[in-house]
This record gives sequence, structure tokens and C-alpha cells, in this order.
Amino acid sequence: MTSASTASSKTSLSRRGLLAGSAAAAGAFSFGFTIPFGSEAQAQAQGAVPEINAWVVIHPDDKVVIRIARSEMGQGTLTGLAQLVAEELNCDWSKVTTEYPTPGQSVARNRVWGNFSTGGSRGIRESHEYVRKGGAAARMMLIQAAANEWKVPAAECAADKSVITHKASGRSLRYGQVAAAAAKIEAPKDVPLKDPKDWIIAGKPLPRLDTADKTNGSKIYGMDLKMPGMLNAAIKDCPVFGGKVKSFDAAAIKAMPGVKHVLPVGDSAVTVVADTWWQAKTALDALPIVWDEGEHAKVSSESLAAWLKEGLDAPNAVVGNQNGDVKAAIAGAARTIEAVYSYPFQNHACMETMNATALYTPEKCEVWTPTQNGEAALAAAAEASGLPIAKCEAYKIDLGGGFGRRGAVHDWVRQVVVIAKQIPGTPVKLIWSREEDMLHGRFHPLTQCKLTGALDKDGNLTGLHMRISGQSIVAGIFPQNIQNGRDPVVFQGLNPPGPEASIGYSVPNLLIDHAMRNPHVPPGFWRGVNLNQNAIYLESFMDELAHAAGKDPLEFRRALMKNHPKHLAVLNAAAEKAEWGKPLPAGVFRGICQTMGFGSYVAAVAEVSVSADGKLKIHRIVAATDPGHAVNPAQIARQVEGSFVYGLSASLYGEITIKDGRVEQENFDTYEVMRLEAMPAVETVLVPSGGFWGGVGEPTIAVAAPAVLNAIFAATGKRIRNLPIKNADLKKA
Amino acid sequence: MAKLNVNGKMLDVEAAGDTPLLWVIREQIGLTGTKYGCGVAQCGACTVHIDGVATRSCSLPLDAVTAEQKIVTIEGLSPDGKHPVQQAWIKHDVPQCGFCQSGMIMATAALLQANPKATEADIAAEITNICRCGTYARVKTAILDVVAGGTLGRG
Repeated sequence: MTSASTASSKTSLSRRGLLAGSAAAAGAFSFGFTIPFGSEAQAQAQGAVPEINAWVVIHPDDKVVIRIARSEMGQGTLTGLAQLVAEELNCDWSKVTTEYPTPGQSVARNRVWGNFSTGGSRGIRESHEYVRKGGAAARMMLIQAAANEWKVPAAECAADKSVITHKASGRSLRYGQVAAAAAKIEAPKDVPLKDPKDWIIAGKPLPRLDTADKTNGSKIYGMDLKMPGMLNAAIKDCPVFGGKVKSFDAAAIKAMPGVKHVLPVGDSAVTVVADTWWQAKTALDALPIVWDEGEHAKVSSESLAAWLKEGLDAPNAVVGNQNGDVKAAIAGAARTIEAVYSYPFQNHACMETMNATALYTPEKCEVWTPTQNGEAALAAAAEASGLPIAKCEAYKIDLGGGFGRRGAVHDWVRQVVVIAKQIPGTPVKLIWSREEDMLHGRFHPLTQCKLTGALDKDGNLTGLHMRISGQSIVAGIFPQNIQNGRDPVVFQGLNPPGPEASIGYSVPNLLIDHAMRNPHVPPGFWRGVNLNQNAIYLESFMDELAHAAGKDPLEFRRALMKNHPKHLAVLNAAAEKAEWGKPLPAGVFRGICQTMGFGSYVAAVAEVSVSADGKLKIHRIVAATDPGHAVNPAQIARQVEGSFVYGLSASLYGEITIKDGRVEQENFDTYEVMRLEAMPAVETVLVPSGGFWGGVGEPTIAVAAPAVLNAIFAATGKRIRNLPIKNADLKKA
Repeated sequence: MAKLNVNGKMLDVEAAGDTPLLWVIREQIGLTGTKYGCGVAQCGACTVHIDGVATRSCSLPLDAVTAEQKIVTIEGLSPDGKHPVQQAWIKHDVPQCGFCQSGMIMATAALLQANPKATEADIAAEITNICRCGTYARVKTAILDVVAGGTLGRG
């Protein structure tokens, strides 16, 4: 076996030229770097260190390289997926590193790495089986290679921590010694997997593999890329969605420092390309642009709210979940309760704004970008460049936040390719300003919900009608997936019993339907997606019903959950840990809720107080999660804590409003998010019941708001039905 | 041409005087550990030390910085990445996506240098950086760990 790492890195440097050029030029700093984009896979393509299979490369020095197709954006999937492969590989965890194969390589190899999409909390839950099989198959091949060398049956050999032993003869070989031979062995067809109860690497609270360089400034994000000869681009898209550029006066800024090009980007945007990004942005801000704002320039949050309100009682709606006769139940109820809720647009507001670097020639189009879906980035590059996919490549970079913004839609990739195509042979890096990022999000969908509950004379829930009115993400992004007017994602957490996003209650007469109303503001999959507002609607209303029935909110729920044991178990776990029903300090009140989505069951109890002048303090959160199998409990706890930050940011402050057809909020001064000062103590209760694989990056977000909203009601008697909470007056009446 | 003292080295930089220090650091000097997050001193991703004080470099023009002022970026916080705050960050596995963490660490290092016995209330008041992944709980734990260790502070 020969290691070609030196040769391959030289090749990759000359081809992609990723050097810290200006740092070297400054003379004071000399931290050259290369970007680890598929360098192993590239070496493999050149026949250097042979891979055992698509998932595993082992170097002569025993270094284990595990290939990860999903994207790391902070959620820890890199570590979790590597744990699953390493578990089956029986390798030495301390020797493990990871790398991304490129989507172009995957396409060329019949998508050997499967789906690259990293959203919907599916990184682990949808690839655990094939990545574990990759690790197990590699282990079997390594053992077989050693057995061949020793001329003994493989069944007499065992592997542990990257060492294969033949007990009978006392011989041993390291993985690195047999890797080359193992690579030539035919892959086994029958690849049994370990029982999770036997796991020693997976299932353990291991530290992340990717922490150190996030603490010393050496980690390179997309925004940090440098290439020799690279120019920098800033962009402005028409602030009214659907509008166009009428004209711009390039001559007015051509002489400004560093400016190289002033170019149209499609029919709705203008870019300035300059030596540095700051020069590009400064010149762009000075560029006179006349917009044709188009037909949506009169739309406002108020006009949208009125339109959605009409949908709450509209005769036409698509049914998502139905049993019994809800009309009759409501007509015959001893008491009916009715409430209308609303949830605003929200921006993902990733800390790293959208960015990508592209190099276009008529023969090849390459893009470097932080993306949740490398294949979608590649497809966007191909489409925008007009080149076939085989002549394009996308190199993934770890994301400075994703949250769904960098997954389904790659608008910024299309833009950078359109720019690069106008300056062929010159690498160009496009960075969105925070303002551009705020104005041109793919926003959390706008919805309202009217709920009508029927109670019998004993306060039992006999009927529930839940009418959702508003935006469909799927209609906005994948319209081809709308069948008979139905967007299935709209009903997240409200579906009939089943393994995904099912409602946790049995109501004798139930109707959940959706009147689709799609504003011109483009929607996106936003961490937690529709589970977020659906849980607010249903779980707040359950609280309303419980209070109306004069029952304890936990007991009221339990009575409806007998046929939903997993939902119930996780609700009970949260309630027990929070000591539901036991006295709290004076002025502190509890709220409880539960939901199910992204394959996992979650519940939360919030403890809050509200001062006389209306100031809310969230003291403590207890959050229970049943994700089936728990691959890394330490990282799950971090995801749960982070989910509360994201979910509480949304419920406390998150609101994008529309005026004159455009977004009003342009930065964090007007689009507030939660900071450390507001962070409550979060206690994670992990109750993995086994037998299924649920996600952990998103489901908990959905229980953050309703737990707090219900606790606010307990504290103040005020029911907040219009989010965010900042708009509500919590002062004691 | 302006002179800047960055991480203990005197550098000549060529940029318009109204260029924010952040972009001088990133684009002229080539140190990219200091991040752009908002450009309006809201998020703190761009935090550097100027004479030991945590400063949001996105809103400080080059003109306003003198050659005598000592600028320290995340790359210069310690020679080996082993500043007590960095070590605590690794010990507690604080970062998620990591993008805001340079600023978070620089803000913390300055806070603890000035106030080595920072309380939870001090931390809540001083660490106002935005993290969208939601690492706040671990940030707090890591800072309190450094405080307990007593390794920082003006002697």
C-alpha cells in the first residue's frame, strides 16, 4: 500500500488553490491551510490509500477515516454517525477522523453515499442502518484479510479497537496492516448488526470530534474561504418578493475603491464584485438602483392576517385527520370552547449569513458552500451554470448554522454561479450582508388556527375541530408534492396514529383541516417546521379545555392518552421529574405540554414567574425525550438545550412583519433573539425506549413555547394566542 | 497605510479609514477567526480585545484605532489554544456550529481578566453575544468552571 496523501494534497492545492494567501502576504502570519473537502475520497479516486468500502478508509498508521454524507451544522451528526460506523467497525475511537465525500463523487458512484439531505432531524434516523452496515462490512473484510494471511478461518478471529487477533495462535495484526488486502476482498452480502444493548462506542456520551478548532479561530467556514485571484461579491435582491430590477447606474460607483464589476444577477438582483467584500458592500450601498416592485408592493402583515382569518371559516379545506362526527359533537355539546391563535413569519437568522464561492469555466463549474444538502447545491450549480452535473462539483463546508435555511432552497448558490459565469476563470465569493439575509429569508410559514372543543357535562372532551389557515411550505418549495391540494407537512404532530408526527390524543369526534393561503413571502423549512405552531395551537388549547373543564392540565391530557403509550410515557417522565402537582416557591407557576415529531416523543414542563409590571422570567425547564435509540446522550442534551433557545427565541421575540410587500426587520436590533441572560435551567430527561430511531435536533423546539405559554396562563390568567410573547401585555390587570 | 498592533506584531495595512476593523482583520490581515454576524455591534461574533477590553470590531472604523493600541484576536488569545477559557470550552464541549464561539470566548476572556470572580449575574450582564444554536447553558457552565479554577485575573 502506498500513501499518496502528499501527492494528493499537492494536486488539490494546485487545482483548488485554497491557501491563506493574504495572510502569507502580510508576512506576519503563516497559517497555510487546505480545506478537507473529500481529500481522502479524491486520493481514493487516484488509487492512493484504498478504501475498504465507501464509508471507511484505513491508513497504514491505523488512522480511520469515516465518510459522512450528511452535513455538520452544530447538531453533532458528524460525531453521532461516526460513532455508529465505528461501533460496527470495532475500531479504536481515538484514531477516528471524518470527511465529506463530495456530491459529485456520489453521483459518479451511483449515489453510493445515499441521501445527503440534512434536515428534518433525519441525519441519524434515516441512515443508521446503511452506515452501520458499512462499518460492519469493513470489519468483516479486515478480519477476513487477516485470516487469509494467517491461513485460518475468519470465524476463529476477532477484532477489537483496530486490532485483529487469532486467539488459538496468539497472533495479532493491526487494521492498518491489513487494510490494503481487505480493500481487495469482495464485500460480504450478509452483514449482521449488533444489538444496541451491546454498544460500546455508540450510545455513549462521547465528546464531539470537531470541537478544538472552534475554540481557536482555525476552523474555516464558507465565509472564510480564500483563493488566489478571488474577488468578493455583495448582492441586493429586490426587497419586494417577486419584484425586479428596473435599472441601475453602474457608472456612479465604477470608480469606487476596489470595484471590478457591477452586474445583474437574474432579473431581480444586482451584485458589485470587488477586491474585498467590504469594498463591494460599500459600493453596492452607494449604487443607485430602481426597482420594479411588482404586484405585491401593497401587501402588509395586516392584509395577510385578514386573508388568513377568512380561511378559518372557509367552506373549502383539506382534511388531515378525521374521525367521528365533529359537527354533531359540537352541536350536542354541554359546552363549547372556541379560540383563535396565530403564528408569524420568522427568519432562520443563522449566525453565518448565506455565502458561497464559485469558479466557472466553460468546462467546469465548482462551488464551495455551507449546505445542508450537498446534492441540492450541486443541482443548483448545474442548473444555474447550464452545464451538465458531470461537469459540476459542490464542496461542502461545515455550516455556521443551518436550521433549514440551507437545505431545500439554494438561492445563494444560483446567485454565485450566475455571477461567476459572467467572470469566467475568476473565483468569486458571495457573502450576503445580515440585512440581505434578513430580507431574503425563506420564512417560517404564516398561519392562524381556530379551535373548537366540545365538552360533555362532566368536562370530558367529546369533539375537537382544528382549522388551520395559511401558508404551505411544500406548495412554496416542492409544489409537485401537493396531491389533491394536500400538504402533509401542514399536519405535523396532528396525524393519525403512526410512527411519524402523530397526535397523542384520542378524541371521539375529531376534524383537523387546512385552508391553504399562500402569501407572496417565500416559506421555508424552519427548524421544527410546522410542529412548532401546531404544538402551540393544540397544547395551548388543551390547557384552555382543561381549565374550562375545571381539571388539572396533566390529568385532562392523561385521560385522552390511554391509547398513546409512548406519548404518555414521555409526558409522565417530564411531569415526574418536574414534580408536577407539588408546591412551588411563591409566585412561580408551571405549564406542561407534549408532542411527537421527527420520529421522537417529547414533553416539557416550564416554571415561570411574571412580575407585577409584566416581566416574564423562565426559571426552569424539564424536557423529556424518547428518541427510540440514543446514539450520544451528551449531544442529545445539548440539542435539547439548544432547541429551547431556538424555540424560546421564536416564542418570546420571533416575528417578521411585512409592509409595502417587504420585510421590515433588517438586523438583530429589530429581529430580537434570545441571549444568555434569558436562558433558563434546562434539565434533559432522556427516556429512550428502543425499537425505533427518532431525531433530536428539532422535536423539542415545539414544546418550548406551549410549556411557557401555559405557565404564563397559570401565573397571570392571561392566555396568549398571538405569538410572539413580546407583543402581549403581561402586567397584572 | 495604517499601522496596527495585532497579536503582538506591528502590521502595515492598506484600507480606507472608514473600513471597520473587523474587515481589516479578515480581509487585509487575513485572520478569519473573527466573524461577521451583523455589522451593527448586536451579535458579538466580531469581538476582539483592544488593550484588554472586549470590543465589537464590526462597528469600529480603522481610523479610530491607533498603532499603540494592542489588538488581540482569537488567534492570538494564546500561543497554543490553551487559554483557560479555551480549555474550559473544550472540557465542556461548548460549541455547536461554532461560528459565534470566537466572539463568545473573547468576550469571556476579557470579562474574567477584569472580573475573575464573575457571578452568574455578571455573566448574564456581560456576555450578550448571540448564539443561534443555543449553547448558552454550556457557556455559563464553562465560565463558572474557569471562575472556580481561579486561573485568571489581574495579579
